[in-house]
Amino acid sequence: MHFVVCLKQVPDTSEVRIDPNTNTLMREGVPSIINPYDAHALEEAIRLKEKVGGKVTIISMGPPQAKEALKKAMSFGADRAILLSDRAFAGSDSLATAYILTVAIQKVHESEPIDIVFTGKEAIDGDTAQTGPGIAQRLGFPQLTYAIKIRNIDDVSVTVERKTEGGREVAKAQLPALITVEKELNELRYATLPNMMKAAAYEPEVWQAKSLPYDSSHMGLKGSPTSVSRIFPPPGRTGGEQLDATNDPKGAVANLVEKLFQQNIIMQHPLAKGGEA
Amino acid sequence: MENFDVIVVGGGPAGLSAAISAAKAGMKTVVIERGDYPGTKNVMGGVLYTKATEAVVPEFWQEAPLERPVVEQRYGFLSGDETILAGYRDPAWAEPPYNAHTVLRVKFDRWLAQQAEKAGVMIITETVVEDLLYKGDNVIGVRTGRAEGDLGAKVVVLAEGVNAFIAKKAGLAPQMRPDTVAVAVKEIIQLPPEKLEDRFCLEPGQGATIELFGDSTQGMMGTAFIYTNKDSLSIGAGALVEPLIRSKWTPNDLLEALKAKPYVKRLIQGGETKEYLAHMIPEGGYNAMPKLHRQGVLVVGDTAMLVNGLNREGSNLAMTSGKIAGEVAAQCIQAGDLSDQGMSLYEQRLRDSYVVKDLYKYRRLGQFFETHPHFLKVYPEIAANAMHQYFTADETPKKERQKQIVKMALEKRSKSGLISDIFGAWRAILK
Repeated sequence: MHFVVCLKQVPDTSEVRIDPNTNTLMREGVPSIINPYDAHALEEAIRLKEKVGGKVTIISMGPPQAKEALKKAMSFGADRAILLSDRAFAGSDSLATAYILTVAIQKVHESEPIDIVFTGKEAIDGDTAQTGPGIAQRLGFPQLTYAIKIRNIDDVSVTVERKTEGGREVAKAQLPALITVEKELNELRYATLPNMMKAAAYEPEVWQAKSLPYDSSHMGLKGSPTSVSRIFPPPGRTGGEQLDATNDPKGAVANLVEKLFQQNIIMQHPLAKGGEA
Repeated sequence: MENFDVIVVGGGPAGLSAAISAAKAGMKTVVIERGDYPGTKNVMGGVLYTKATEAVVPEFWQEAPLERPVVEQRYGFLSGDETILAGYRDPAWAEPPYNAHTVLRVKFDRWLAQQAEKAGVMIITETVVEDLLYKGDNVIGVRTGRAEGDLGAKVVVLAEGVNAFIAKKAGLAPQMRPDTVAVAVKEIIQLPPEKLEDRFCLEPGQGATIELFGDSTQGMMGTAFIYTNKDSLSIGAGALVEPLIRSKWTPNDLLEALKAKPYVKRLIQGGETKEYLAHMIPEGGYNAMPKLHRQGVLVVGDTAMLVNGLNREGSNLAMTSGKIAGEVAAQCIQAGDLSDQGMSLYEQRLRDSYVVKDLYKYRRLGQFFETHPHFLKVYPEIAANAMHQYFTADETPKKERQKQIVKMALEKRSKSGLISDIFGAWRAILK
């Protein structure tokens, strides 16, 4: 079987700061990582390859330095990595990105038919969760989003457990299909040394815009209807209320208990005995 | 198991220099580094010397991520609130051939690793070497912490830094002793370039270094420094572990006390601390230097205790030892002689170079400061006091003033003590 994983290099958002004057992201010096959800997508693809045989191809769109992420991804046991990198792609929103990735996936699909496309449920830098479904729509593949378990896979279909707001849902789709994944899907592996060495020596393929039948009006800033009007850090948490208990500890405690009752943080058990009601 | 000619354990300046020179000699070479990439775990004060670096990467200053060329080296002796200053500036040091640059290792080492890759070296990161692999008595490779993690090699170069885990296991490095290792901490404090240049009287882009003595180490044998980077300062302090334990000072307290000194406070004022780093420094010198080789193994850089503390040189000794090790490894492999005797060529070449010659010259230094503690505590006091008296214009005739100064000095240190100290210092430093 042929598994394709869409993978994005993202800034480690735990270390991104927002410039307080311009309200833009300060990316300088912030380490880049593989989008964590995509890492789980890759892990699942490699597990399936190990189970049913086949091949894992990674596709990413990004600047030349995204090669680092692809090389690292190769160390987990993927077979091929393609980086879509071109100035014409710069500034793409999730709509344009889905278009750019789809055209490349179609090209891969023509030479080596794909069974499943995996993506993370979202990227941690944008949190849109739109690119995966956008690709499925354009490819005409059924989509199974927020997968937390692959229950079964055979020659014609795949069955997954999905995480929904209300609980879990089991869904089955015909192959080829696209699956977006949650972190609960699997545990990431620790790469073997031979795979580390293979990855260190591997040079990802770089595809430019002109090597594919792209319509330039669908990509880059021109193909991106999204406009960001403002970026701002969420307001910091205000500290909780403090009660001064130095002079009147008993009164302060009574006051505290009353407040806890008022806010329904604690309540009296209906069968409780003693104390004042 | 994949086989290499040379496996280098550790991606710092020593290891990467060894890898580059081995690869240039046609050896199939791999560097195994435990950090995310070379540089993430590597710490030093921050001065990189041109000569030793250029020997590894010619004209490196054209491309390498350097902070500032050092045009001025200042020395400060701190005593209480007083400071005695001395220094040397040469604007010619801002041009090639430079003498030294300040660097941030997390950037520089990563760049050096890229140069190694260009030379054909494979770099494996996030991987820990756990032990050497033996066949009988012969070293035949290394075992890493990863699955299927054995790698074969004709020569293993141990460039694992001051911790020297593998070297210790292999009996090539002694257990660290509190009197041969220092602990230092440093902060990187961000300041706008114009402020730095104003405060240090520098032309745009130029750099200065200050080494501080006296109170900066509270009388202990140690180090304290301030170096200018592009838009930050590196400020650090540390001391040998043994006196730290004895005096109950921590390196962090040393640094905080240093930052509060009047002379220092003004230099760092208004800056924001961006990074906090800590590291051990091998200060054992010549007497603590381990055996530098055995069959199939060479030991370089900090692992081999190659640090000249007095002249705050370390990265250059590391790079020179690495370069020589890479060359000797290639030579031994080509000659088919991997015996301890064959590998001894490395030690011989190090002894013929400034690396071991300088360590040998200062071999008495550690013991000297131990037996002559006055140099670190009493003399800065005497000197500051003398300066204070000498520069104070209070209508005392100068001749009388000189007498007072001599009297003050002799009160703090006896005549025979002075003579013994001067002779000892001459023997330990100048001879």
